[in-house]
Amino acid sequence: MSILVNKETRVIVQGFTGSQATLHSEQAIDYGTNIVGGVTPGKGGQVHLDRPVFDTMEEAKKAVNPNAALIFVPAPFCKDSILEAAESGIELIICITEGVPTLDMLDVKKRIDELGITLIGPNCPGVITPGEAKLGIMPASIHMPGKVGIISRSGTLTYEAVKQTTDLGLGQSTCVGIGGDPIPGSSFIDILKLFQNDPQTEVIVMVGEIGGTAEEDAAEYIQNNITKPVISYIAGQTAPEGKRMGHAGAIIAGGKGTAADKISKLQECGVHIADNLVEIGSKVAEVLSKT
Amino acid sequence: MNLHEYQGKALFAEYNLPVSKGVVIFEPEEALKACRDIGGTKWVVKAQVHAGGRGKAGGVKLVDTPDDAIDFARSWLGKKLVTYQTDTNGQLVNSILVEECTDIDQELYLSAVIDRDSQRIVFIGSSEGGVNIEEVAENTPDKIIYESIDPLCGAQPFQARKIAKILNLNNTQTRQFVPMLQNLTKLFIEKDLALLEINPLVITSGGNLHCLDAKVSIDSNAIYRQPEIAEMHDSSQEDPREAEAARNDLSYVSLDGNIGCMVNGAGLAMGTMDTIKYYGGNPANFLDVGGTATQERVSKAFKIILDDPEVKVVLVNIFGGIVRCDLIAEGVIAAIEEVGVNIPVVVRLEGNNADLGSQILSQAGVKIESINNLADAAKKSVELAK
Repeated sequence: MSILVNKETRVIVQGFTGSQATLHSEQAIDYGTNIVGGVTPGKGGQVHLDRPVFDTMEEAKKAVNPNAALIFVPAPFCKDSILEAAESGIELIICITEGVPTLDMLDVKKRIDELGITLIGPNCPGVITPGEAKLGIMPASIHMPGKVGIISRSGTLTYEAVKQTTDLGLGQSTCVGIGGDPIPGSSFIDILKLFQNDPQTEVIVMVGEIGGTAEEDAAEYIQNNITKPVISYIAGQTAPEGKRMGHAGAIIAGGKGTAADKISKLQECGVHIADNLVEIGSKVAEVLSKT
Repeated sequence: MNLHEYQGKALFAEYNLPVSKGVVIFEPEEALKACRDIGGTKWVVKAQVHAGGRGKAGGVKLVDTPDDAIDFARSWLGKKLVTYQTDTNGQLVNSILVEECTDIDQELYLSAVIDRDSQRIVFIGSSEGGVNIEEVAENTPDKIIYESIDPLCGAQPFQARKIAKILNLNNTQTRQFVPMLQNLTKLFIEKDLALLEINPLVITSGGNLHCLDAKVSIDSNAIYRQPEIAEMHDSSQEDPREAEAARNDLSYVSLDGNIGCMVNGAGLAMGTMDTIKYYGGNPANFLDVGGTATQERVSKAFKIILDDPEVKVVLVNIFGGIVRCDLIAEGVIAAIEEVGVNIPVVVRLEGNNADLGSQILSQAGVKIESINNLADAAKKSVELAK
């Protein structure tokens, strides 16, 4: 078991023929991911990476029956592509692209919720179930099948947590990058719920960062609903107030959403805190040894 | 991206929102014509910077003669205004807004933001304007209203009437407020705003609603489809190194430590800063080279970091997902050779082609500490910075 994606997942890549999509689709295919085709408007009928290319999602759905869409189209076209995938009857959409306008996401999120579809991202590394399927841009080599479920708002921080749990021989059930944008398709809570119900996942790592209140909300949810141990690391403990740190959803405004706030709330709710980025893996091992 | 008050008010005027008649000037002598064009016998002159708290810092003045307006402009143009919202260096004043004088009866507060929790545009209104709104929210929550706008339906008149109750508006003012809320929503959506704040929104002595200030911020992800607003960008309001970084698609924020950081990904960049601090050091900056870092961008990033005279050591921390570590390694070497770096550089490469990257670094013949373990790399940087 795992969550969201596995060997059986039939993946369609939107923006398939672009350079980034090509690079990462090749790696995903090498990893064993079942990519059944791609969509690039105007290139229908072509063959790319030995897979068929379609003009529309509707055609792709009919011809190769995908159940997950992986989106690499440029930011200005993401709203259109996500909605096209959603309306085609796909169950899972993963949008890697960064820089999607926030107001586009307001509309998209409303529609996605109405249709009951799972959207991961945008502005995220994607989802990987080690040894089964890789739908994203993460480096495959650092992963290993195992028992740790990982959720993170930041791409490279996810890799850090993955590497450390692999080095300790714990491995991962599934790793989900939910993205750092203000309006993410899925929240920590959405993914925590899935890990709680996944028998392969024995322990959950939640990597958060300053800004917003997603970690605080998750903390309360964990206290009331999650019986598996949760380890959390919060980035941005030394970030000065009022400064925006890059494109991440990392804004400390009015003293809300600071690392200290998040850490104290998480501790209060029974979440184990890794004080230092380099100690995520060892904290997981420590918690596991006590259970 | 932030706009100046005069730019925000120009947008307000475009959406039929009540703003004062005003003229922006860039030279002191233009104040005379500005006062004459506006008419009347009293004017307000306001220094234009991307920060609040201007009034208390002397950046806003009521003047009775055009000569006083000229004097005010002369005293501020080209100078830096320091307010409680700026850093100690302040913000450069390169324009002054001259406005007709508005007689104020009451000061109210109105703003709109994108709320992450409800995933809607939310208007925030209060009868207590012109003061610190966070304090109002904390101490008297009943004097503040949060009203969220459905993306499909838009702002409805009943929502304006609800907010009007909290603002204590009379019937005439409520009738003025209905189109105002709808126009503000239209402006927010059509111009891709991230924040809009009118503090204060006033009731004039004539009993009418009037926008006395305008703070507008645009979603930087949407600038590509707002060419007119992109033109309004004023890079003089930014830290010069931050502006230079932005021109090269890099995210840079200067801090006050002495360990320069070059990292891929905003989260890992913050995590690296935290790690440095954890081992007793102080980061000099936040720098995210992004997911598609090319050799050129890495070179540029190096130059920006080294431009800070406080930097004693540079820690490069790259976890290659999209970005290939061998390219980063080549970029680091090229930059070191090009810029002539004479401080220690610690490089930690992990992920995509990390081994190849480390190999390139070790064969380069430049002075680089290549350490693949982040804890050790951070400790080494702290030690070298002492």
